[in-house]
Amino acid sequence: MADGAPRKDLRDTALDSAELDRHLTSIWHTRGGLWAAVSTVDHKIIGRRYIITAFVFLFMGGVLSLLMRLQLSQPEARFIGPDRYNQIFTMHGTNMMFLFAVPVMEAMAVYLVPLMVGTRNIAFPRLNAFSYWMFLAGGILLWVAFAIDTGPDVGWFAYVPLAGPQYGTGKRADIWAQMITFTEISALCVAVELVVTIFKQRAPGMSLDRIPLFVWSMLVTSFLVILAMPAIMIASSSLILDRLVGTHFFNPAEGGDVLLWQHLFWFFGHPEVYIIFLPAVGMASTIVATFTGRPVFGYLAMVMALISTGVLAFGLWVHHMFVAGLPRLGESFFTASSMAIAVPAGLQIFCWLATLWMGRPVFKTPLLFVVGFIITFVVGGMTGVMVASVPFDTQVHDTYFVVAHFHYVLIGGAVFPLLGAIYYWFPKITGRMMSETLGRWVFALIFAGFHLTFFPMHILGLAGMPRRVYTYQPELPWSGLNMMVSLSALVLASGFLLFAIDIFRSARNGPAAGSNPWGAATLEWATASPPRCYNFRRMPVVYSGEPLWTEDELQVASGLRVDRRELLVTAVVAATPQARESSVPHSIWPLWAAVATSIVLIWSIFTPWAVVWGSIPVAVALTGWFWPKGAPEEES
Amino acid sequence: MGLFAVCLSGCNGTQSALDVHGASAIHLKHLMLLVIWVCALVWLTVMVVLAYALLRKRRVAAEVNAGADNRATVIVSAAVGATALIIAGLTVASFYTTRLIDGDGDAAMTIAVKGEQWWWRVTYMRDGTPDFETANEIHIPVGRTVLLQLESADVVHSFWVPSLAGKQDLVPGRTNTLALRAETPGVYRGQCAEFCGIQHSHMAMSVIADDAVSFERWLADQSAESLKPAEPEATAGQAVFLGKPCAACHRVRGTPSAGTTGPDLTHVGSRDTIGAGLMERTRGSLAAWIADPQTIKPGNNMPMVPLTSDELRAVSAYMESLK
Amino acid sequence: MVLALLGWIDQPRKFRVDPAITAELDQIRLMPNGIGGAPPEIDFALGQPYENDSYNLSQGKRLYTWFGCSSCHGDGRGAAGPSFLDGWWLYGPEMVSIVASIRDGRPHGMPAFQNRMTIEQIWQLAGYVQTIGAYRAKVSAPSRNDAKHTRPSENRAPAAIIFDEGPVGVDPEQGPNP
Repeated sequence: MADGAPRKDLRDTALDSAELDRHLTSIWHTRGGLWAAVSTVDHKIIGRRYIITAFVFLFMGGVLSLLMRLQLSQPEARFIGPDRYNQIFTMHGTNMMFLFAVPVMEAMAVYLVPLMVGTRNIAFPRLNAFSYWMFLAGGILLWVAFAIDTGPDVGWFAYVPLAGPQYGTGKRADIWAQMITFTEISALCVAVELVVTIFKQRAPGMSLDRIPLFVWSMLVTSFLVILAMPAIMIASSSLILDRLVGTHFFNPAEGGDVLLWQHLFWFFGHPEVYIIFLPAVGMASTIVATFTGRPVFGYLAMVMALISTGVLAFGLWVHHMFVAGLPRLGESFFTASSMAIAVPAGLQIFCWLATLWMGRPVFKTPLLFVVGFIITFVVGGMTGVMVASVPFDTQVHDTYFVVAHFHYVLIGGAVFPLLGAIYYWFPKITGRMMSETLGRWVFALIFAGFHLTFFPMHILGLAGMPRRVYTYQPELPWSGLNMMVSLSALVLASGFLLFAIDIFRSARNGPAAGSNPWGAATLEWATASPPRCYNFRRMPVVYSGEPLWTEDELQVASGLRVDRRELLVTAVVAATPQARESSVPHSIWPLWAAVATSIVLIWSIFTPWAVVWGSIPVAVALTGWFWPKGAPEEES
Repeated sequence: MGLFAVCLSGCNGTQSALDVHGASAIHLKHLMLLVIWVCALVWLTVMVVLAYALLRKRRVAAEVNAGADNRATVIVSAAVGATALIIAGLTVASFYTTRLIDGDGDAAMTIAVKGEQWWWRVTYMRDGTPDFETANEIHIPVGRTVLLQLESADVVHSFWVPSLAGKQDLVPGRTNTLALRAETPGVYRGQCAEFCGIQHSHMAMSVIADDAVSFERWLADQSAESLKPAEPEATAGQAVFLGKPCAACHRVRGTPSAGTTGPDLTHVGSRDTIGAGLMERTRGSLAAWIADPQTIKPGNNMPMVPLTSDELRAVSAYMESLK
Repeated sequence: MVLALLGWIDQPRKFRVDPAITAELDQIRLMPNGIGGAPPEIDFALGQPYENDSYNLSQGKRLYTWFGCSSCHGDGRGAAGPSFLDGWWLYGPEMVSIVASIRDGRPHGMPAFQNRMTIEQIWQLAGYVQTIGAYRAKVSAPSRNDAKHTRPSENRAPAAIIFDEGPVGVDPEQGPNP
C-alpha cells in the first residue's frame, strides 16, 4: 500500500463514494502484465477466460461436425477415411460434452453468480483459478492428441471392450480417459465454489425465496455435478487401470463385466445432460422475466421443478442401455421414470408461457433465442418421450433418430438459451451492446439452419440409418436426405460465423451500454458495465426477488474493511449477516498446482509409477498453496 | 411439398422401421405411430399457446395482479395434470407393447449368431447342436418364430433388422436372445447398430424369409458339403485356395481346409452379397475383394494375399462355383 | 523434447501395405546358421512399424490366437514348443530371426507358415512375439487379454519376471546346432 495508506481496520462506513472507490480499487484490482494475468483470482477475469475458451472449443467442434457432414453427404464418399472419421466423431462428441457444454455453463455461473447474489468474489477464488487451468490443460491434451493422429476413436462414451486393452489399440482411449479426469476435476471445483457462494455469500436480505432463478438452477446443477462426476471418474480410472495395469474390471473372462462400464458411464451420463440443461433453464427464466417486464410466474413451482428434475435425473440412466440385454421388468421401470421427468420440464414450459402471456414481450434478440428454445426444446422433449419407451427405443436406439433427439434438446435446450444469454449479458461483461440487427440475422440463420439440419435426421433414423457410420451404401434411400442435411449444416455454420463476427465487432466498437440497458431486475445490473473489480461499492441489501424493480434506490450495508479484501458471509436460509470474511488476493499457486497435477495425469497415461513420482510436485504445490499467511481472522 | 415427399421416401425400403414385415416390428410401428401423433398434437398445442402469448393485443401495463395470477395458477396446474395423464397413458401403451412383443410363441428353430469384427458368424442349430455355419445371410421360414442366440467374439455389436424387429446387442460375456418372425417372404436388410470399430459402417446382414418349401431346400443345400468344382478353371482355383493362405482362415467343408478365423465359404456362391453386405456377389466382385480387401473395406481383418492374375481368375471362378 | 515426445506417440494406422512393400518385406537376409541377419531396408524406411506400432502389435496378438500358436507354445509359457515368456531366445530376439522362424519353420516341429499367412501378417506376429519375451516393456505393447489371462501382460515386461527361471520347453535334441 502506497503513501497515504489507510490505517488498519478502516471501514467503508467512514468513506465517501469516490474515496471508497479508490481504496477498493487499489486492493481488488488485477494489475496488467503476464504475472498478474496468471495469478489473478478475480472471478470476472477467470469467468471471461473460461467463457471464451469454451466458445473456442465450440467452434473447433463445429468444424469437426462440418467435416462429418462432408463425408456423409454422398454414399461411399472417400473424403475422409474410416480411421480419421472415427476420431472426428469421437472428438466432436467428447469436445462438445466435456470441453464446451458443461464448462460454458460453469463459466457463465462463475462470472454471474457472485454478481447476482451481491458479493465481491466467488468462494475459494484460488480453486477457481485452478479449475480453469485444469480445464485448459485437458482441452489441450485432447486436441494435441487429435492433431498427431492419437485422438480417441472409440466414441464419446467409449464402450468397452472396444475401448479396452485388446481392441482399443495405442494410447487413444487412455488420452480420452485422462482428459475426463481433467475436466471432471475442473467441474467439481466450480460446483463446490458455487454451492458455498450461493449458500453463504448472498447479500443481506436475499433469503432463499428471493434468489434469482438462474442462481437456483446453478445450485441444483452444482449438486448434480458433485454427485455425478465421481461416477465417471471411477469409470475412467477403472478403464485406465484395465488398460495400463491389467486389472479386470471389464473383462468377462476373468470375472468382470462389460455392462459395468455402461452402468457407470451412464449413471454419470444422464445427469450430465441435466448439468448442461438446467443452467440454460435458469438463463431462459432470467431472459423471460426481463423481456416481459414481470417476474417469472410460479417461482416456487419453478424451484420445485428444478429440484425434482435434478433428483429424477439420477434415476434414468438405464434408458441408454435398453437393448443391452437387461431384464425387461427393470427396463420398464426406467421407461416410467424417463417419462416422468417430462412433467417438471413441462411445468417449467407452462410457467414461461404464463409469464409471456401475462407480461409484455419485448422482442429483442435474447427473447428471440428463448422463443426459439421453447419451440425447439419441446420437439426434443417429445422425441425424448418417444425414446423413453423401451419398445420404441429398440427401433431407434443408435440411429440418427437419437442423434436428432439429443441435438434438439442440447442445441435447442442449452445452446439457444446460451446464445440468448450472451446477447443479454454481453453489455454487462464488456460494457458494449451487441448489434440488434445482426442478432436477428444470427437467430434466423441458426434457427432455420438447425431445423433444416436436424429434423431430417429423425426420418433417417426411422429409415434405418445407424449412428457412427462413416459412409453408407448407395442402394439405400438415404442419399437425398443426407445431402440436404449436409447443405443445411452450412446454413447453421454461417449463423455461428455471423455470431462470432458480431462478438468481435461489438467488443471493439459496439455502442456503449449503461449499467442496466435492458431494465432488468437482478443485482448484477446495479454495477457498472463492465463491473468494477470489487463488484459492489457497498454490500446491497435486498427486500424482494426483483431488487432493481421494487426499489428506486438500493439500500446498502456498510462496515466492511477497505484495507484488505473482505466480503460478507450470511446465513444459509434468511441471509442475515454473520461474519466478515477475508478474501484471498492473487496467488500463483493454483497455476503451479495445475501444472503439477497435469504432469501426474499425463505421465500416468504411460506408466503407473507416475502416480508415485508425480505426487511430489503436487505435494510441493499444495504446500505452497496452503502455507499459512499469518494474519489471523478476526471475530466479527 | 418437396420436403414432405423426401420424408415419405423413408417409409419404403428394406431397412426401414416403417416398412414392416415382422411380427415384432408391426407392433412397434403401431406404438410408434401412436406416440408420434400424440406428441405432435401436444407440441402443436404448446406452439399455438406460445404464438398467442407472444402476439396477442395487450392493454398498456403488464398484468401483475392477483386475479391474473390465480387464473394462471389454475390453468398451469391443469396443464401439468394433463401432461402427467398423457405421460401415464404413453407409459401404459409402452408396457403393453413390450408384453405383446415378448409374448410371441415358441421358437421353431434356433440360430446362433456371433458378432465378429466386422461380419456375422451364423450357425444353424439342429437339436441343440451346431449343424452348419454360414456368414452374413440368414434364411428363416415365413410365419414361424426363429430364436437368435446372440453372442460376441470381440466387442459389443448390435443385431438390427428394422423391418422385422427391434435391435438387440451382442455383448461379450453374455448371451442375449432375439425372436424374429417374418410375416411376408422377402429380403430384409439389417446393419450392426453399435459402434464396433473401424468398419462398423460396413457390417450389414440380410435376413431372407422363404416359404416352407424353399426354406427346407435351402437348409438341405447349405448343410451339405461343398460342390466339387466342375470346370478346369474352378479346379485350379481350388488348388489355389488350398495352397495359399486362404485355407488357413476360411473353411470349405468337403476340402481339407479348416480355418475358422474368417467366414465359412462352403456355399459362398449362393449368397447375395459378400463382405458383410458390402457388394453384390458376382465373380467380378469376388475377384476384386480377394485381390484387394483393404481398399474396399479398409482395416478389416482379411489381408491382401499376393496372387498372380491367373491365380486370381481361378480362385474367383472356384468361389463362384460354390453354390 | 516435447516435440520428440509427441512424435514418438504419433501412430498413423496403415491398413493397406503396397504389394511392392510386402514383396520387399519378404527379402530378409539370414546368416547361414539361420540365426540373425539383416532386415530388409524397407523395414527401416518405414520406421520399424512392426516393432513399435501398437496397431501392428495388437493385430499380431490376434494372429497368435487365430493361427493356433497356443497349441504348441501355450499362452507364451511354452508346451511342446519353446517358451517366449522366459526371455531365452533360441534363435535370438531379433525380428529377422523370428520372421524366419515363422515363415520357414524350424527343426523339431515348428511348421512353416509361408503358405498360411501373408508376409505382412508374419511380421505383425513376429513383432508381437518379441513383446511376449521382452525384458523391457514397450509403451506400445499390448496390455492384458480381453479373455482368460494366465500370464503377465506384454506391457509388464514378462521376461523380466521369469527370466531367472531359465529356458523352458527346449527340445532335448536341440543342442548347440539347432
